[in-house]
Amino acid sequence: MKVINRKSFLDHVRSGMSIMVGGFMVVGTPETLVDDIVNSDITDLTIICNDAGLPGRGIGKLISAGKVKKLIASHIGLNPEAGQKMSDGSMEVELIPQGTLAERIRAGGAGLGGFLTPTGFGTIVQEGKEVINVDGTDYLLEKPLKADLALILGHKIDRKGNTVYNKTIRNFNPLMATACETVVAEAREIVEIGDLDPDNIVTPHIFVDYIVKGDK
Amino acid sequence: MNIKEFIAARVAKELSDGDVVNLGIGLPTMVPTFLSKEVDVTFQSENGMIGLGPAPEEGQEDFDLTNAGGKPITMSIDGACFDSATSFGIIRGGHVDITVLGSLQVDEEGNISNWIIPGKMVPGMGGAMDLVVGAKKVIVAMTHTAKGKAKILKKCTLPFTAVKQVNMIVTEMGVMEITDKGILLTEIAPDTTIEQIKENTEADLLISDNLKVMEI
Repeated sequence: MKVINRKSFLDHVRSGMSIMVGGFMVVGTPETLVDDIVNSDITDLTIICNDAGLPGRGIGKLISAGKVKKLIASHIGLNPEAGQKMSDGSMEVELIPQGTLAERIRAGGAGLGGFLTPTGFGTIVQEGKEVINVDGTDYLLEKPLKADLALILGHKIDRKGNTVYNKTIRNFNPLMATACETVVAEAREIVEIGDLDPDNIVTPHIFVDYIVKGDK
Repeated sequence: MNIKEFIAARVAKELSDGDVVNLGIGLPTMVPTFLSKEVDVTFQSENGMIGLGPAPEEGQEDFDLTNAGGKPITMSIDGACFDSATSFGIIRGGHVDITVLGSLQVDEEGNISNWIIPGKMVPGMGGAMDLVVGAKKVIVAMTHTAKGKAKILKKCTLPFTAVKQVNMIVTEMGVMEITDKGILLTEIAPDTTIEQIKENTEADLLISDNLKVMEI
């Protein structure tokens, strides 16, 4: 059975894990799952997310609760607390260009050894990276990104795990679902197998390990 | 009309029928207000959609439909949603005709610095590095100076967002194009003199033989 309750969800989360969390400025973030981690003893997490969320919302709650040892994101500007914790050294932050972050996750899930991007060439993003010239253009070699656990949000998820999103809640969710050892999907609504039009399914069920009914 | 509206109105004249356009946060988001109804432009938002429309009326917000700043937006009837990897494939792949963004500094070579002030402000680059590298035309829309200090420089002093990617600068004082020979002033604002612009610009300015008065 893929559908589990919130208590069983925490059996799959351990201190020290690397966790990808879907959402973009908290839109599309599985807030129920985030809340359950906030209210647990789990700590020392490496969180991979587009951004640092907002104060009191999304990843912002994990950061406030001191659960995050390291944050890998493209932007933290809308959450001043993340900036403070980075400055005082209580949280490590690694900033990655948004397109590179998305593609590194995609590469991680798609079995690629990396990819070449012109983004970041000649900037501090280039530091420590191999530059490869292809037909006269310089590219940075960017490596794939994977994690132990993905927490994603689906608008409708069937009992097998097939997932559809709604408008801009999609963002990083489908990518993260492919790049992690275990994938837990928070469902706004759980529907029966066969209820979803197969042509509309964005994340096929093979990527989803567990489904938790959200309370948001 | 204030200075920022004046800049946005001039930028709007750069957009042509059929263009795909990405607007940065802040001043650039004012551009559509000044766009002629006859011009059909598709706005892209890097969090995963095309067909970005004006902000919804109060009470009509759909919090599953937001821009890259996490603010509720509307979507035109021909709009479409996609994941972050597709979104940045659109951006890096040259499918965005114009990106308009603000900046802290721009220099004679078309280098741009707009994502970090080391030790002071570290919000992250978000999608900016991908946008300036991937879009066919990069327009910087900004006030000419910051607290009296020049922003158009011989060489950027802040860390680069990208190398040699800016095509055009629009400020309240004029319109400039980045050429192989340097920055070419092509338009000058009404009631502004070339001497005034030079006083507020650290970079050497080339003056177009065909210098026009800036019209909106």
